[in-house]
Amino acid sequence: MTHAAGLLDIALSIALVTLALGQIMSMVRLMIGPTTGDRILALDTMVINALGLVVVLGIQQGVKVYFEVTLLIAMLGFVSTVALARFILRGDIIE
Amino acid sequence: MSLFLIVALPFLGALLPGVMNPAGRSATAGVTFTITLAAFVGLLTNLPAVLNGEVVTNGINWMPVLGLNVTLMLDGLGFFFALLILGIGLLIIAYARQYLSRDDNMGEFFTYLLLFQGAMVGIVLSDNILLLLVFWELTSLSSFLLIGYWKHLPEGRQGARMALTVTGMGGLAMIGGMLILGQIAGSYDLSDILQNRDLIQASPLYVPALILILLGCFTKSAQFPFHFWLPHAMAAPTPVSAYLHSATMVKAGIFLMARLWPVLSGTPEWVMIVTTAGLITMVLGAVIALFKHDLKSLLAFSTVSHLGLITMLLGTGTSFGAMAAVFHILNHATFKAALFMSAGIVDHEAHTRDIRRLGGLRHLMPITFAIASLAALSMAGIPLLNGFLSKEMMLEEAHHTVLFGSHWLVPVMATVGSLFSAAYCFRFIGHTFLGPVRDDYPHTPHDPGAGMWLPPAILVTLVVLIGVAPFVAEPFVKLVTASLLGSAGEVPDAHIKIWHGLVPALYMSIVAVAGGLLMMLVFAPLSRLWESTPRPEAKVIFEAIINGAVRAARVVMHSLHNGSFTRYAMIAVVTVLAAGYHAWITGAVGVPTREMQAPGAVAIAGWAMLVAATLGIVFFHRNRLLALILMGIVGLMVSIAFVFFSAPDLAMTQFTVEAVTIILLLLALNFLPNRTPVESTTLRRFRDATVAIAGGLGSAALAWHYLLRDAVATPISEFHLANSYKGGGGTNVVNVILVDFRGFDTFGEIIVLSIAALLIYALTETLLDGPVRRRLLNRTPDQPQSGTRHPMMMVVLTRVIMPVVMMVGFYIFLRGHNEPGGGFIAGLIVSIGVVMQYMASGFSWTAARLKYPYHGVIGAGVLVAGFTGMGSWFLEKPFLTSDFTYVRIPPFEKFELATAALFDLGVFLAVVGAVMLSLESFSRLARRADMPDSDHPMDIDPSREKPSPDLRTPEPEAH
Repeated sequence: MTHAAGLLDIALSIALVTLALGQIMSMVRLMIGPTTGDRILALDTMVINALGLVVVLGIQQGVKVYFEVTLLIAMLGFVSTVALARFILRGDIIE
Repeated sequence: MSLFLIVALPFLGALLPGVMNPAGRSATAGVTFTITLAAFVGLLTNLPAVLNGEVVTNGINWMPVLGLNVTLMLDGLGFFFALLILGIGLLIIAYARQYLSRDDNMGEFFTYLLLFQGAMVGIVLSDNILLLLVFWELTSLSSFLLIGYWKHLPEGRQGARMALTVTGMGGLAMIGGMLILGQIAGSYDLSDILQNRDLIQASPLYVPALILILLGCFTKSAQFPFHFWLPHAMAAPTPVSAYLHSATMVKAGIFLMARLWPVLSGTPEWVMIVTTAGLITMVLGAVIALFKHDLKSLLAFSTVSHLGLITMLLGTGTSFGAMAAVFHILNHATFKAALFMSAGIVDHEAHTRDIRRLGGLRHLMPITFAIASLAALSMAGIPLLNGFLSKEMMLEEAHHTVLFGSHWLVPVMATVGSLFSAAYCFRFIGHTFLGPVRDDYPHTPHDPGAGMWLPPAILVTLVVLIGVAPFVAEPFVKLVTASLLGSAGEVPDAHIKIWHGLVPALYMSIVAVAGGLLMMLVFAPLSRLWESTPRPEAKVIFEAIINGAVRAARVVMHSLHNGSFTRYAMIAVVTVLAAGYHAWITGAVGVPTREMQAPGAVAIAGWAMLVAATLGIVFFHRNRLLALILMGIVGLMVSIAFVFFSAPDLAMTQFTVEAVTIILLLLALNFLPNRTPVESTTLRRFRDATVAIAGGLGSAALAWHYLLRDAVATPISEFHLANSYKGGGGTNVVNVILVDFRGFDTFGEIIVLSIAALLIYALTETLLDGPVRRRLLNRTPDQPQSGTRHPMMMVVLTRVIMPVVMMVGFYIFLRGHNEPGGGFIAGLIVSIGVVMQYMASGFSWTAARLKYPYHGVIGAGVLVAGFTGMGSWFLEKPFLTSDFTYVRIPPFEKFELATAALFDLGVFLAVVGAVMLSLESFSRLARRADMPDSDHPMDIDPSREKPSPDLRTPEPEAH
């Protein structure tokens, strides 16, 4: 095993733990609120963190198809957030 | 004429009367008559063959795997019944033309009548018993329509329902009996079954089959204890009563007993059940008939009695009995149809059928009097009329029949039955036609036109002809008897004669007629006695049973299926838990074969978040929006878990489904309160929590158990992995399973999905048509709302990303066969792309820019998938056989073309259509009166020539 690969492993592990921590913290924010806006933002942050998690998992496991999963999440993940935001702003999300 | 055509003619012709309705009543009746005549003549063309003793058969294999073939056969017995059905049918049609009034829809009536006629002819010409069952059920259904033809009469509807219930249940029993019979004989073709008498009677399943088949026959032919429906079916118009309830349908049960006579009869069980039922029916029917005041009821019970007589004759199991039965079927059909038609004439002319209000009609209606009297005397068994001959034969047969070890039981009962039979015939004549002319008829009667009396007159001519010259009918009766008996018996060489000498039957006959006359003399006190005796009322009992069944069904159904989702969830969870527990304690539990793996930090974090989100839902579920957000987290974490366990397909599907679900639920939440009120008691919540925790622990235990052990049997996944590329041409096993290995399932699923979407659409449309519409339009928001409906930033963003989304969808679709993706995911991606436009620029703006309605997209999807599947038929392969090939078009690389991709296109279209149609339907509900539709994509549109009227600054007024 080369040093570079070893370094990458360490970096990936750190990244994973950091992202997981980030998820948990967003989760806490989501639980305590206090407003619905905070909670929606927390959910959005969790989607972004999930993106990161999948990318890092993909690098770690060497599977290319994970990047396509991230593509989908990145492309469509905001739709739920937008829908929720529209809901609290207008009540009706399609008008 | 081909037998197919004879059976098909009435069915095809049934389309015509309805079409001819506007052309007038005579045209409608005429076309019906012509169709029946054509079938009748077609039947007669087969007469020479039948007379030669040949069996005419026509057949094609329909579903040979099931033993269900369209095979028809025509022998003497079938010919006899078909002749009755079509011949009397002709007379009935002519009679009904006169009978029905201008208010009745004649086209409808004749359509039902032809449907019934076709079904009846089908029964008597079927060679395959499964086909026979199909026609059997058709007669029940079409007779339901005919009995209930006068929909405005409650008696008609109730009678129709009762007839359908009783005969339908009998039909159900008969399906069972016929299937057993077919299993024993190894074939469902009558021609094979009839050859296997010994095999069938030796089988241990003979008795169950016999009882089930007899249940069908007895219900259809109104045998005790199922006789009660027939009198109630008399609420039908008289032509229906004359046709169905004297000549044809009630003879279907008799026909089947006769048809299966060679294989079923002769055993002690047969003799005991059939003879006893027939005997009781005969006596009971005759006794009740005597005391009925309604002419049609009297005739109805007399029909019950005569059907009992025929059943009893078939039950004796002797060749002579069978011949007497055949002869009596013929005679009964002639005089009873004539009697019903006469009763109809009396009703039509005097406007009442109550025998107590009639009398003295012989002076007013001499022709009707002559017809009805001859027919009734024949029924009473007076010499020189045909009823006498067959009644003599019956008494002769009864004289020799031993039942329950008694020599006198059957003869005495038969004589009693005949006595009452003679009595009600005399009453029919005496109380309707004889006596002084009254001046209080509801309507002054007189003879009707020839159109009405000619049909019964033709029948009565036959009555007299056969009665005077029985040798005319004898060869035919013997021919029919021969085909009834088949190889099971010899046709008796006794001749049908008027004078047999001083035999016991003659004495019994004399006793019956004399007793009948005597009874007429003392009728008034007898009737009073009858009225004062309590009797069970069949209709009340029937209604009570039906109501009881409905109540029982309701109790069972409402306790399980009360419309509450939580109830279903609880039932499902408890059932699965119980089944799992049962399997656990009774099955063999192997030792763990796999090592536990060490959990990583990411796995623990994911798990912790799932647990936290779930707990959050439990505690915050009354805040609906928060619960939805937490559900989003669960979905997200499940998607990540799929990635973590190397299932990118599932992750993509899960993620896109999550997005669509959230949008759908938000659309629904718009109409719901923000908080769920507390409605359940603490005890109930405790119970629910217990079930939920037990269910959760149970599934966790199951997952734990399976993760530590190898599968007990080789999983099918090995096969899929091995054959995915070889057989399906794709390396993405998930997709190949969906579109190829289990393609038929997928096809069914997209149809279900499409139906669900269309239902959502239909439901919302119904809501919008109803009173709800106004309330929906005038809703006021329950919280302050933002002023921007269509923010520019969102509009621009969604427009920019739209082509990207479409391209990704296209890409995911195309490569789905070999790598994660496919029509389903692509469909969801594209739907989300379109929904974004709806959210950004509003419903009306987006809807105006869509060329194709979503219904069309759904339909196209199902059709594309279906046609792809059907394509393989042209290569003589089964439905949905897939194929693939590789082509190379320079300068591209070699690529694969698979039919599965076309099927996947169908899936894609169906998914897009279904998702969009449901979302669109929901959002359609949210239109509000104070929110006019905007033609512009966004509130502040820089490309707009004029500013929005709302934002226009007021111009300074000119002085």
